[in-house]
Amino acid sequence: MSENAEKGLKLNTASLRAYTMLAALVVIWLFFHWQTSSVFLTPRNLSNLMLQTSVTGIIAVGMLLVIISGNIDLSVGSVLALAGGAAALILGSMGYGVAPAILAAIVVGVLIGCFQGFLTSYANIPAFIVTLGGLLAWRGAIKGISASETIPVSNPGFKALGQQYIDPRIGWALAVIAIIGILYAAFNARKNRAKYGIKETSMAAELASVVLPIVGVAAFMWVMNLYAGVPIPVLVFLGIAFLGYFITNHTTFGRYIYAIGGNSEAARLSGINNRRIVLMVFALLGAFTGLAAVIHTARVAAATPDAGTLLELDAIAACVIGGTSLMGGRGTVFGACLGALIMASLDNGMSLLNYADFTQQLIKGTILVAAVGLDMIGKK
Amino acid sequence: MASLLEMKEITKEFPGVKALDGVTFDLNAGEFHALVGENGAGKSTLMKVLSGVYPWGEYGGGIHIDGREMRFSSIREAEEAGVAIIFQEFSLVKELTVAQNISLGREPSRFGVIDNRAVQRQAGELLRELNLEIDPFIEVGDLGIGQQQLVEIAKALSKNAKILVLDEPTAALTETEVETLFEILRSLKEKGVGMIYISHKLDEVFEMADRITVLRDGKTVGTKAADEVTRDEVIALMVGREVGDIFPESHHEFGETVLKVNGLTAFDPDHPDKKMVDDVSFEVRKGEVLGIAGLMGAGRSELLSAIFGSWKGRVSGEVQVEGKTARIGSPADAIAEGIGFVTEDRKRFGLILEQTINDNSTLAGLKMISGKFITHRQKEINATTKAMGMLNVKARSPFTIAGTLSGGNQQKVVIGKWLLTEPAILFLDEPTRGIDVGAKQEIYAEINRLAAEGLAIVMVSSELPEVLGLSDRVMVLHEGRVGGVFDKRDATPEKVMAAATGSGN
Repeated sequence: MSENAEKGLKLNTASLRAYTMLAALVVIWLFFHWQTSSVFLTPRNLSNLMLQTSVTGIIAVGMLLVIISGNIDLSVGSVLALAGGAAALILGSMGYGVAPAILAAIVVGVLIGCFQGFLTSYANIPAFIVTLGGLLAWRGAIKGISASETIPVSNPGFKALGQQYIDPRIGWALAVIAIIGILYAAFNARKNRAKYGIKETSMAAELASVVLPIVGVAAFMWVMNLYAGVPIPVLVFLGIAFLGYFITNHTTFGRYIYAIGGNSEAARLSGINNRRIVLMVFALLGAFTGLAAVIHTARVAAATPDAGTLLELDAIAACVIGGTSLMGGRGTVFGACLGALIMASLDNGMSLLNYADFTQQLIKGTILVAAVGLDMIGKK
Repeated sequence: MASLLEMKEITKEFPGVKALDGVTFDLNAGEFHALVGENGAGKSTLMKVLSGVYPWGEYGGGIHIDGREMRFSSIREAEEAGVAIIFQEFSLVKELTVAQNISLGREPSRFGVIDNRAVQRQAGELLRELNLEIDPFIEVGDLGIGQQQLVEIAKALSKNAKILVLDEPTAALTETEVETLFEILRSLKEKGVGMIYISHKLDEVFEMADRITVLRDGKTVGTKAADEVTRDEVIALMVGREVGDIFPESHHEFGETVLKVNGLTAFDPDHPDKKMVDDVSFEVRKGEVLGIAGLMGAGRSELLSAIFGSWKGRVSGEVQVEGKTARIGSPADAIAEGIGFVTEDRKRFGLILEQTINDNSTLAGLKMISGKFITHRQKEINATTKAMGMLNVKARSPFTIAGTLSGGNQQKVVIGKWLLTEPAILFLDEPTRGIDVGAKQEIYAEINRLAAEGLAIVMVSSELPEVLGLSDRVMVLHEGRVGGVFDKRDATPEKVMAAATGSGN
């Protein structure tokens, strides 16, 4: 009886949330476009906006997994600085090439992730404490290593990772591959539904779920190519987002993360090795942070000891705006990415409008709390 | 005569279950009124209505104390009106001392600063008055279960209760402790306190009660003066049906021994010297249902969890599966050995309430059902649909959120989760707690069917009729040790209860 009504409601809330967020993004964009006398929605600024989203976005995807598992990581900003420093040192004073530099940054991230994950899940120290310690300690480490000096990067191949754009023709080729992928997935799902005798969803909904992403991909590529092509950091971000989507929706590992966050005892009693999964989740966030460090360092062509300060809060805010529950068990990659884009849009728009720093912070803080507040009201 | 308490036409519904259906109940000052009925009959729910756990508006009907209608919106309001309740689950804070617990929420204080000496003095006086030899300075977590129970009662009395509700207060007490408790209760009676006493132990009920009210399936089936009714009459009212009606007749064929446990001992994780399970040995054959009976705290769930690799404390002893020693260090090992474990308390240990039936029912066997690394949605839906059909789960689709289901359907989802791991041995811990009679019958039939298919089943239950009705053999635990093993033919309620209380043999 009541379960049927509630089930319909639940399904609606999930997609309703996604549509509400998209609508909010459109409103924000139109507002800035109007306020900036039509500067905001130009190919050049949108390209820049995507670039600004990429570092936070990559980390937000990893952060999402950590939060779904019922944990938190406050150390990512400091880890980014340390991993970026490692890459810059490998390139600079040691004189190695691009590949070792990338590897070094990722290894630093993974090692720290494993270490903090171990302390959290095997030594039972709350993640909040472990990573709060990490926030301080890793920042201290990079300051010590760099003697609080900026480490410049001159290797052009490395800098390209943060500053170059991909050729529009390659961009279009990638877009076509993505569209074929979307069509193939839809076709496969349809075939499976027929094979296992599952009821059809409504035609409109099915069509929307195919057409909207295709239009999105094409529009995105068109706008990016109107300027200079897709920036490499954005391509990396999209790749990580796809990986995150795949993990959360199509792997046993992803399912276990949701299970642990939803009810860790039930998960443990169902034979899941909670500790190992949580450790792996932290390691994965570490790897993503290492990758984000490469891009950040390449973009500014230097590793600075205070790089990534407060980045952890942006990443957490992106997840939360995207409908992730800090209690664990609930959240989507799509939401986290959209959250990151909303945060970056606010930064970008308010900078264009020359808002004072304090105003920007006031507004961002208010929007974060309001977004979650509306979500809670919507759930009642 | 004006009653101290009158509850009229009380009705309370949960999703899918009508827990109370027009229950009427009254209590006089200085009266000892026993409330009996099978588990799930609605006794605890009725008391939660009385004590404000379910606030006014969430139930139908009226509560009158001293002739005045009461509309409690919280436990606190009920306490202020003189209703004190001692729940089956203790409401003590283990990290606080006995004295701190007794005054919890009503600490004598001035400007928000607690007067610690008054806290201790009050507790000391109260404990002396009740003749309890319990140190008020000791942390509650360091007391035995029995003593904790007495502290709980002392705490309730410290609130100057007019109406005292005791929900199975003697389940974990030793005989001496029970005597102490009864003395206290008799003296309270003389002081005019009205007591509502919930118990399965009819000996106690007949020893103490003035009147007895029987509940069945959420309805009052009778209120009798204790000296005008016999024990058998009360049982007949409680059961209301022949035992054979609800438990399907079964003739299990037993195969070879599948699970053999030798000298299993499990230690308390918080007190590494304390044995929760003490040198227990047993075996189960293919197609056999072994029932495990015992009182609360006898070590039944602990035994299953120690075998299954999910016990958090130290475990010693040997487990053999199909003749070979099994080294089980985690639930994953147990699942690999073919053991499934339908845990007690589905909301805490069984389900992820906010996730779908599909995500819940495939969780334990996910790698087998769906894929080792990459999941295959349609295969999962297929398996879930099959399990839902087999167990008759009533839900619109496999994507219904588990938390919106009724208790019976939730329990079926948990059972389905374990059947999808294709076990050879199935543990069931309180498989029918808190579900309606219809769902119970379906689960009983399913247990029988599984045994007939050759599963070895070990079932823990606090409901004696259930253990006796379903099991081929009954093993009784008492304080962590085997108190007796009975064949279906010899297992009478009296023998099992005697073994469970340690007065058997």
